[in-house]
Amino acid sequence: MAQRIDVKDLNIYYGDFLAVEGVGMAIEPRTVTAFIGPSGCGKSTFLRTLNRMHEVIPGATVQGTVEMEGVDLYGADVDPVAVRRQIGMVFQRPNPFPTMSIAENVLAGVRLVNKKISKSDAQDLVERSLTGANLWNEVKDRLDKPGSGLSGGQQQRLCIARAIAVKPQVLLMDEPCSALDPISTLAIEDLISELKQDYTIVIVTHNMQQAARVSDRTAFFNIAGTGKPGKLIEIDETATMFSAPKEQATEDYISGRFG
Amino acid sequence: MAATTAGPSSGGARPAGHDTVRALLRTVDTKRRRRDRTMTVLMYVAFGVAVLPLVSLLWTVVSRGIGRFDVAFLTHSMRGVFGGMDAGGVYHAILGTVIVTLGAAIISVPIGVLAAIYLVEYGPGHRLARAVTFFVDVMTGIPSIVAGLFAYALFVLFFGPGVHFGLMGSVALSVLMVPVVVRSTEEMLKLVPNELREAAYALGVPKWLTIVKVVLRTAVAGITTGIMLAVSRVVGETAPLLLTVGVADSINGNPFEGRMMTLPVYVYRQFSSGLVPCNNPNVACIPTINYDRAWSAALTLILIVMLLNLVARLVSRIFAPKLRG
Repeated sequence: MAQRIDVKDLNIYYGDFLAVEGVGMAIEPRTVTAFIGPSGCGKSTFLRTLNRMHEVIPGATVQGTVEMEGVDLYGADVDPVAVRRQIGMVFQRPNPFPTMSIAENVLAGVRLVNKKISKSDAQDLVERSLTGANLWNEVKDRLDKPGSGLSGGQQQRLCIARAIAVKPQVLLMDEPCSALDPISTLAIEDLISELKQDYTIVIVTHNMQQAARVSDRTAFFNIAGTGKPGKLIEIDETATMFSAPKEQATEDYISGRFG
Repeated sequence: MAATTAGPSSGGARPAGHDTVRALLRTVDTKRRRRDRTMTVLMYVAFGVAVLPLVSLLWTVVSRGIGRFDVAFLTHSMRGVFGGMDAGGVYHAILGTVIVTLGAAIISVPIGVLAAIYLVEYGPGHRLARAVTFFVDVMTGIPSIVAGLFAYALFVLFFGPGVHFGLMGSVALSVLMVPVVVRSTEEMLKLVPNELREAAYALGVPKWLTIVKVVLRTAVAGITTGIMLAVSRVVGETAPLLLTVGVADSINGNPFEGRMMTLPVYVYRQFSSGLVPCNNPNVACIPTINYDRAWSAALTLILIVMLLNLVARLVSRIFAPKLRG
């Protein structure tokens, strides 16, 4: 189900400004890959290029290739909408649709594109997705209530349920726990460990303990200074990264001797 | 004061003695308190001054208009009514106002909403968007009589001079309405958080469906309120309608042919007819009948506007994003 993503020589621009330079990495299927690094180093920017969300910002462009199953996602014949169906995304702040109920939020990916779905299939999908996001037991009695009435952690899990309801291959998470309390964070981290059975997961995090806890592989990004482009310093097995990184910069950052 | 400026540099010593702190806490700043009083009074006075004319206006219209405001007045036209006859009504004018305003709304709502969608969702950074914004701003300031003249001149090009029918009024009013609708819709669309757009994109929803089903759906309450306010704004326009739709005494429900009466024009006409000279004591005659009708029609107009506002509130309450379960 999950596929490998190959990134080669990727340069990411905002207008004329080179934000991230020369990234090359392979994201292995059915693993959790964590991106760590200081603020502004381009981890989120890079994450957003993986499902072509980057170009939603006016003036944003990329050079280089991002391949999934040998198909260049930035090829002329590739529709960004199709890419985003295969590579889902969960954002930093929970963003359920305020006009929709919990169930409607889960079904949003299906309903918003005018796809017909029978009532029993819809109920099935809602239950499966919410169960997959560890939220079913908490909300099964109030599926028709507004999604924005849930707590922050529940909203974030609702957003994960919404993302997996469209059955993507890959799930990108942009600091999914930074707006949550420790208990909700734990719930999401447990969920990530379960989800990697079926999905390839890429997670951006500022929390190094979190990266160490949930990820199989870790990539460290760094930036030389303000106005300079962010770069991928190294990527390796998480255990290796946190015990014996090859680069001095990685070790400095991980051990807190940074800046 | 020396205690506060000394701060941490005073080697960790307590900056002020306990008594000093107590004294400082009890200090009463009479000057500030007096200023606070003055400003509070001033604001209440300003509020009163603002509300007084409104209350007075409502009272005047209701007290003078209620006399003739009855079912007969609402269901009869002015056909065959003359002199000081105790007859005649406003039905034809209500019909005309509803048709002409509805026409204006049908023309300007799609144009206005689509223009606003362009400005917010597609426009940023484009020169065309800046031009549209500029012209919308300019259009907001167009005097209504100029809009009337424009519509009249436009239709004269096709139908020849002396032409009058309902649709012309709708066009004139939509010239006034479009900028208001664009502005209010634009503001409402800008209020929709970008996160919701991104959430939809990330689910693989195309841009146009995101706009229709997420952005518009989230903003629909505010947009409706804006449209209703724009309608209330033009429903009382007199000058452009006098020029384009003209004056009529009979019922005309066809906006494509013939003059129509509208409420504001009706008020103007009745009021300018003035007192009726009642010379024949054998005929029932009310000298002030024209004034009475004018006030009752004004009351009708106010009620229509209030009704529109009520509907707008209802709609926005129904469609507003629900936050609590």
